[in-house]
Amino acid sequence: MDPRRTARTVSDPKVRQVGFFTPAPPERSISDPPRFQDPIQPPSPSPTQVNDQSPSGNSLSPVMIPPAHHHSDNFLRTALQATSPPKAFSYSAKTVTIPPENEDVASSFSPGRKVVSAKSPSSFPGVKASSVPASELTTVSVVNLPPGISEKAGGASVEVQNDRPVSAKTLKEKTSKAERRALQEAQRAAKAAAKAEGTKASSAASKVVTSANTKPSKATKPSSQKNDGSQVAASEKKGGDRAPEKDRKKDAPHPRMQYDDKSRVEKAKKRAVVKQTEARNRVELFRHLPQYEHGTQLPDLETKFFELDPMHPAVYKVGLQYLSGDIRGGNARCIAMFQAFKEAIKDYSTPPEKTLIRDLTARISSYVSFLIECRPLSISMGNAIKFLKNRIAKLPLALSESEAKSTLMLDIDRFINEKIILSEKVIVKHAVTKIRDGDVLLTYGASSVVEMILLHAHELGKHFRVVVVDSRPKLEGQLLLRRLVRKGLSCTYTHVNAVSCIMQDVTRVFLGASSVLSNGTVYSRVGTACVAMVAHAFRVPVLVCCEAYKFHERVQLDSICFNELGNPDAISKVQGREEINYLDGLVNQENLQLLNLIYDATPSDYVSMVITDYGMIPPTSVPVIVREYRRDHLWS
Amino acid sequence: MWWRSASFILDRQQEQNTNLPPNPESLLLSSPPPSMADSLQNPKPDISAYYQTRAAHHAVVTNDWLAQAQAAVSVQTNDDVSSGSDGRVAPTGGGTGGDNKTFSVIDEFNSWRKQPDLAEAVAAIRALAAVIRASQATTMMELEIELKKASDSLKAWDATSISLTAGCDLFMRYVTRTSALEYEDFNSARYRLIERAEKFGEISYKARRIIAMLSQDFIFDGCTILVHGFSRVVLEVLKTAAQNKKNFRVFCTEGRPDRTGLRLSNELAKLDVPVKLLIDSAVAYTMDEVDMVLVGADGVVESGGIINMMGTYQIALVSHSMNKPVYVAAESYKFARLYPLDQKDMGPALRTIDFGVPIPSKVEVEKSARDYTPPQYLTLLFTDLGVLTPSVVSDELIQLYL
Repeated sequence: MDPRRTARTVSDPKVRQVGFFTPAPPERSISDPPRFQDPIQPPSPSPTQVNDQSPSGNSLSPVMIPPAHHHSDNFLRTALQATSPPKAFSYSAKTVTIPPENEDVASSFSPGRKVVSAKSPSSFPGVKASSVPASELTTVSVVNLPPGISEKAGGASVEVQNDRPVSAKTLKEKTSKAERRALQEAQRAAKAAAKAEGTKASSAASKVVTSANTKPSKATKPSSQKNDGSQVAASEKKGGDRAPEKDRKKDAPHPRMQYDDKSRVEKAKKRAVVKQTEARNRVELFRHLPQYEHGTQLPDLETKFFELDPMHPAVYKVGLQYLSGDIRGGNARCIAMFQAFKEAIKDYSTPPEKTLIRDLTARISSYVSFLIECRPLSISMGNAIKFLKNRIAKLPLALSESEAKSTLMLDIDRFINEKIILSEKVIVKHAVTKIRDGDVLLTYGASSVVEMILLHAHELGKHFRVVVVDSRPKLEGQLLLRRLVRKGLSCTYTHVNAVSCIMQDVTRVFLGASSVLSNGTVYSRVGTACVAMVAHAFRVPVLVCCEAYKFHERVQLDSICFNELGNPDAISKVQGREEINYLDGLVNQENLQLLNLIYDATPSDYVSMVITDYGMIPPTSVPVIVREYRRDHLWS
Repeated sequence: MWWRSASFILDRQQEQNTNLPPNPESLLLSSPPPSMADSLQNPKPDISAYYQTRAAHHAVVTNDWLAQAQAAVSVQTNDDVSSGSDGRVAPTGGGTGGDNKTFSVIDEFNSWRKQPDLAEAVAAIRALAAVIRASQATTMMELEIELKKASDSLKAWDATSISLTAGCDLFMRYVTRTSALEYEDFNSARYRLIERAEKFGEISYKARRIIAMLSQDFIFDGCTILVHGFSRVVLEVLKTAAQNKKNFRVFCTEGRPDRTGLRLSNELAKLDVPVKLLIDSAVAYTMDEVDMVLVGADGVVESGGIINMMGTYQIALVSHSMNKPVYVAAESYKFARLYPLDQKDMGPALRTIDFGVPIPSKVEVEKSARDYTPPQYLTLLFTDLGVLTPSVVSDELIQLYL
């Protein structure tokens, strides 16, 4: 897949990248590939050497360390995105639109119009708009444009076909203009709406444009679950020769369900098993996230237990546990989910006239969508599901059903063992080296890895103190505190309000994470960012402990665009303290919005180090891990 | 711009002087065999062996040392590579072949280390090569285990030296994943390893040349460079700049207590570069005249920060607050898988400090020889892999060791 990676695998130590090795004697160079990326190597390679070198990395001069990305890379990607199914309007089954979020990319290389031959898929990545011969009109399907530009294309397909033979160059000139014109036209159309200016095409266009303007996100979101299934199914249809493209498709960011999009939400509701009632006063800034009344669905769901035919009981049970909050914490949720899937796979039998690979994928997708309804997935669970689906998709067709099932169950076990349990142990091993006698360690919330680190350091006989910082409403720190105190560690317990007072005594801050994103942002329990910032201000090193399977290639700058909202009652009431009832009767007021965020994003500036299964790395190196290892270990 | 790329420049260089690479190991012929008795453990465990050697090499020069160095240089230029290596194999082979029981990798290392022009990592790898040569292993696995033991004992012998550790790790890494393992024949694989190790000295020299080439773009006419400590790479950079007829001046810190700055200023004065000596505490005072800070490094750590002679951190802090760039020149074999969180996070490398007057016993003396400069205070690293930002170091290390 990635040339940079493959070039390095065989026979050739990565060592060569450091200026350590001398050039090989030339007579050997044929039998084994150039074994070093040695800057000193006299740049007079034999032809065979040149062939051996990977196109992107190795042939570069050593000065250019990050190999420049191929333009064609970009091109391929955009081409693929263009073919990914999600869409707002379809003119025919074959019509594909470009999601507006890719607008800039798409327009930069093939402006305005994209034409892809759907009937000859094997050739499509190379196909440019202008390269499709006009004679193939019938087989060529029209790729729709982002809403901004679509007024014309939306008008009539005839028009589009007339346009197509136009050379790529003229199209290019059009694009940026076309966008601007689209805006103008939209305004003009709005003004002229009263005049009912005529032609079918233009009225259709104005509708498209105005709807796009008012709800810019509309076109971007396919229904999350449905898309999952269809995407996988679609990608399977195509032959094995298209494997790399399939992988690339998976790279494309998956559009999330936006809950402020009414039509989507309606559709999703129809399918939903869990009947969630929407919260009355939804917080304005977070309308794109699901905000439900809490505590109402559980009894309802429990009664449905025996009616739900397609749902496996194990999955159902886990879902209910998520809903009620009995299982929480990234690793616990992920393991519970996988155990349930394992049960489900064990009891699975392929229905007649269906193939295991496709049916099971669809089945898993439906389980996942059920789990999402119970509680939004964590990023780590998303990664784990991706892994499982990938394993299913890559099952050899020749395998019998029982073999396939046992392979999958083994894969699940392997994932749990290697990616979660073993990597926790490795993290503990690394982290313990950073604890010295006399240290005061601060931790926030309850992270399973941090707990293991503290206990292990204690077992090693290190003398240190622990400060457990906690916060309302979950008070998870108390659980951690309880276990630590039982083991005889000397602890201090405080709430996050006092963190600035206690920080001056602290020498290290250990934090867990729900995920680490590729810009180094740590996505973790709400309050973590606050603790990290205070620590940074006091020049206390912040160590984030996170297993590599929780890394994600997404980039997030704030904690608004993706987050989870908890039960607002949890912050408006204090349990067991009836005398504190200042908010009684106010909860349903129109002008009161209660916001109970679950996660927040800590910028990488405040993180001194990320401890992961691959060792201790600076937060700037997270993308390296994602790039180098995810592909190999998780997806393969 | 292609003609400014390192490989091109290097190519041209090689055409010009093919015989230039010196062969420091030829010195070994004359070096006396070390006594076996005191070598197995570090004689003064509380004093950093690494900094002792550095002090011996880089402190202000005594006459006899100068004479020795001069002799070495003349030998180097006369000798060519092949005759040097031929000559060297014989004595080491003879010395260790006789009785393998008393062969000690530490002795070997120490004898290599005595040479002033040899980097510590090179000495370590040479010593490991000697282990391979002396080993009677018949399988690759045996050899690997033997090597592992040797490198562990080397690392334990002087835990303060980062380049020793990095050198050992690098070589072990090479041994475990070399393509030499694909050879059917154990002996040819073994020979291959030895060959690699022997060429390493040359590589280390070439790395310095590359760094000097790369950094020329950053030294402009009329600039003032502040230099701290004595670093072979930095000297090479400045020497090349002087050869390229650039007009620049250099401020050298004194570099107490080894007074390494004095030595550097001597060397620069020989090259007719205008030099000004500063006492270590005058850095902030002169910083507004300085255009850039250029330092070497004992080790480059995973965060992208550097570990270097005491005082580097405060110079970096001062220049950061005055918005002056801080450049680090370091060979890539100094990259180490370490991640210090703060100054006290590494084992201290202690050294003796001579104050000239007796110090009352109640007075404590800070004896640490090095400090850690975090990456946010460094602008760029000049390495043989190219000019890197600090965050790329970790990228390279991950690719190297994982």
